[in-house]
Amino acid sequence: MTERRPDPETLLAQVREQERRAGRGKLKIFFGASPGVGKTYAMLEEARAKQRDGVRVLLGVVETHGRQETTALLAGLEVLPRHKIEYRGITLEEFDLDAALARRPGLILVDELAHTNAPGSRHTRRYQDVDELLGAGIDVYTTLNVQHLESLNDVVAQITGIQVRETVPDSVLDEADEVELADLSAEDLLQRLREGKVYVPEQAARAIDQFFRKGNLIALRELALRRTAQRVDAQMRGYMAEHGIRETWPAAERILVCIGPNPAGARLVRAGKRMATSLKCDWVVLCVESAGQVVSPDDREALIENLQLAQELGAQVVTLSGHKVAEEVLSYARAHNATKIIVGKPTHPRWRDKLFGSMLDRLVRGSGDLDVYVITGDVTERPAPRRATAGVRPTLAQYGWGALVVAVSTAIGAVLGRYASITDVAMVYLLGSGVVATRYGRGPSVFAAFLSIGAFDFFFVPPQYTFSVTDVRYVLTFTVMLGIALVISGLTLRIREQAETARTRERRTGALYAMSRELAATRGERELIAVATRHLHDTFGAQVQFLLPDASGRVAVPVGTPPGYPIDDKEQSVAQWAYDRGQRAGVGTDTLPSAQAFYQPLVASQGTVGVVGLRPAETKRFEDPTLQQLVETFAGQAALALERALLAEQTQREQLEIEAERLRTALLSSLSHDLRTPLGAITGAASSLLEEQSGLTAATRRDLLKTILEEAERMTRLIANLLDMIRVESGALEVQKEWQPLEEVVGVALIRLDVRLRDHPVHVRLPPNLPLIPLDAVLIEQVFVNLLENAVKYTSAGTPIEISAVGEGSVVRVEVADRGPGLPVGEEARVFDKFYRAPGTVAQSGIGLGLTICRGIITAHGGRIWAENRSGGGAAFRFTLPLSGVPPVPILAEAAREAQQG
Amino acid sequence: MTDAAPLVLLIEDEPQMRRFLRAALESHNYRLVEAPTAREGLAQATSRTPDVILLDLGLPDGDGIDLARRIREWATTPIIVISARGKEQDKVAALDAGADDYLTKPFGTDELLARLRVALRHAARAGTADEPVFTVGDLRVDLPARRVFVADAEVHLTPTEYKLLTALVRDAGKVLTHRHLLNAVWGPNATAQTHYLRVYMTQLRHKLERDPTRPRHLQTEAGVGYRLKVE
Repeated sequence: MTERRPDPETLLAQVREQERRAGRGKLKIFFGASPGVGKTYAMLEEARAKQRDGVRVLLGVVETHGRQETTALLAGLEVLPRHKIEYRGITLEEFDLDAALARRPGLILVDELAHTNAPGSRHTRRYQDVDELLGAGIDVYTTLNVQHLESLNDVVAQITGIQVRETVPDSVLDEADEVELADLSAEDLLQRLREGKVYVPEQAARAIDQFFRKGNLIALRELALRRTAQRVDAQMRGYMAEHGIRETWPAAERILVCIGPNPAGARLVRAGKRMATSLKCDWVVLCVESAGQVVSPDDREALIENLQLAQELGAQVVTLSGHKVAEEVLSYARAHNATKIIVGKPTHPRWRDKLFGSMLDRLVRGSGDLDVYVITGDVTERPAPRRATAGVRPTLAQYGWGALVVAVSTAIGAVLGRYASITDVAMVYLLGSGVVATRYGRGPSVFAAFLSIGAFDFFFVPPQYTFSVTDVRYVLTFTVMLGIALVISGLTLRIREQAETARTRERRTGALYAMSRELAATRGERELIAVATRHLHDTFGAQVQFLLPDASGRVAVPVGTPPGYPIDDKEQSVAQWAYDRGQRAGVGTDTLPSAQAFYQPLVASQGTVGVVGLRPAETKRFEDPTLQQLVETFAGQAALALERALLAEQTQREQLEIEAERLRTALLSSLSHDLRTPLGAITGAASSLLEEQSGLTAATRRDLLKTILEEAERMTRLIANLLDMIRVESGALEVQKEWQPLEEVVGVALIRLDVRLRDHPVHVRLPPNLPLIPLDAVLIEQVFVNLLENAVKYTSAGTPIEISAVGEGSVVRVEVADRGPGLPVGEEARVFDKFYRAPGTVAQSGIGLGLTICRGIITAHGGRIWAENRSGGGAAFRFTLPLSGVPPVPILAEAAREAQQG
Repeated sequence: MTDAAPLVLLIEDEPQMRRFLRAALESHNYRLVEAPTAREGLAQATSRTPDVILLDLGLPDGDGIDLARRIREWATTPIIVISARGKEQDKVAALDAGADDYLTKPFGTDELLARLRVALRHAARAGTADEPVFTVGDLRVDLPARRVFVADAEVHLTPTEYKLLTALVRDAGKVLTHRHLLNAVWGPNATAQTHYLRVYMTQLRHKLERDPTRPRHLQTEAGVGYRLKVE
């Protein structure tokens, strides 16, 4: 069986690609070798055709450069007014992205994809605007010249001698849905130029001289054709993969480009891209940060730029740290199945390799079956200024200390010199140089070494007190002293750097761990944000602001959190962009870099939960991709924690909704039953009484009237209960506490229930020394009424009810107990639930709210209510009322005085 | 006019309530004037000079409490306010504004008639000297002699207790707000000290009532005040 099935991984990638593209607009690029080949013209012609087909076409930006043929095509097309941006007193006209998004055309024309936007625009580059348009589901037509393609940038520069600054990542071209090549032969183009059809005449001559040389044009045309062919080839391969046609090349290649902290890397990156494109394979740009390496700020910046370039060109960017660069590279290459390694040619002097060993040599020797390509790094691109500074510039004081050490060495030497030989004195100086080298770095140590040599020569080497040397052997001594000083200072520096790197890493790991641990132990959105804010601030030394989306998806500073820094409309829009797109924005990124802060979306497992902004004191730091990655790691932790909190909140809300739904159902059924029953009885009784012919006896009439009254009273109670319930539930329960005797409250309740309690003897046992209690008499009376009614309801006539109270320290415990059947075992807590009715109760029972209301009232008083079965049978309902606050004393004194008199 | 059936002014907006009250009152030999709004009520109170006013607190066109206050400015006609349960503060406000008593909806005919009788009796007695000896049930208060008896056995009261009891006796049957009683017994500076009142009322009950937890005479009107029940 040789059935050719598509590789599952490839299929998965296709599905992902289709998903990504679903809902996205289509991008068509009109590609050309140089200006004037007719890209804009072709684009406009096609757009007109589209408009004729009924598509809503909008001219976002079209540069006609005054070409008449092109201008003629604009007629009848809707033009989007330019957005004016004030920049340093000049008004710049730019493509208005927001207006374009708001108009939602079917197709928009955005000329010159490689254009760089004016400062203050949302994106630095126009292709980012286009990406956003596509994201919004709008189709885009655009134009692009081959010299603006990132990977061909250096080749074009070599051919034309002109370095193009405005480049577009190759991925834009590769991912475009359609690419149309506007092709024109060099001769025809030059002819058009001469006829003034390309540029307006006065510019034409200069342009021809500089750029439009025939050789240039031919080379550029070839590049454009080749690049287009590559794309067609990629499409072909994609088609074959999609349809299970076996690949012609079993391309399992993977290229590893090694760059270091120097400007030469850009060329290596581009070379890697070209090789990867031609081999149709993945590529990785690797940077090994050597722990012992001293990197100047300029080199560091160059590295960052190169890594960004690599990212733009579609490479996977990896940063490793280790001491032995070659070994790190090889182990990474093996672990990730790389097949080819690209490195730069060494630029350092040969003696360094002889002394310290060559990285390249080790790499080639250890490469085994890996191919190693050594390519010239383009050092002319920007000469790297060599700096002697070693990380931290030594202070003048450190030189002073160096000199002091030498002076001390001289003094010791002077004493020692009387007893020992001159070589021993040299040893003292050596020791001194060593001390300086370990403590004060390279500069002071070299300084001290020379000073030592001078002092040694002057004071000790014969002839004394002159700098002349008679014995050649001492020259050797001097050299050794200098060498040792250099070696020791170099070693110390390296150790110190390593320690610093390790400490930084340790600190960051520690900080991350500390934050994760604290986040795990924190509950609640606001608290989580406070914890994350503190950790981010401490780790990155920036002002931190979390922004969370509201219901409409607009991110804003969460209510109740102190603002880290002011969020104005501009900052909000940057944060909003980062949130909507799930991409970084602001300081140090390509999107809205003029913002005050760096915005990292908080991406959790189920989507973006918000944005965190970091406003650094020093914006340069945030241009470092590794730092941005670190922020992302921290933000990821915070995002997961926030998501957890949101999910918990959501679950809780859902549970509440389910509970509310259950209650609504119960309330409806209870209302329909409990209110209709008495209404039915009343209606029936009243209509019977109204019937003229009925021969009702006086006794029957009285009976019916009694029914009406009783049922009406029952309804009154039900409605009162419902109203109380609503007050308890809605939080409208106002507790107006006053210090009062419990006896009075019990009395009111007993009087109110006088009729209903006629069959039940009530025993009230309140100790005479019971203190006044702060309570709301009306509400507590209701509690007694409900508990007593409950007892009447569930016990048979003649069963006694007992009310008692006892002071227990800071509370008074009250009990209403009966000798009825008691509560179902295990249901003691449930009786307080809404609409709970004891199983097997008769229809005469209430609505099942009485005890719930009691609980609401007691809770509002700061007390607790519970139910128990009594020993010896019956149920007991107990509640506590706290004796909080200051009891009124004076009256008791007066009462005591009067009691004595009386 | 005093010999004729007493005239009741009913200020109430709900027709059903008016219907019930009309039936109840007319069948018990009262004459009735009805007013569905506060404005009309005030006009009727001026033109008809009723013997007693039944005033609903929940009128659509105005505040019943305010109406009570305005009537009280020029007339001593007893006012009985009608209000729902749970609106104790409104009742207190109405009583402090000059109303004489209140009824809580829903109420029965018995309760309504009892309140009317008390109100009319107090109105009739106004200006005349109090009866020297007050008797209700087995409680007897001999005012000139300042002596109190329960079932013919003399009870010793402290001066404050006695003062409180006489305040209740003076307006027997009527509800008296905490503020009114505090003012009557302790003076105008003590009107916020309701716990004074509560403690003394408890003491009084223990001395005068057979079962202080189910008082027959010294009744509490929860959230409003006290009443010395006479019927």
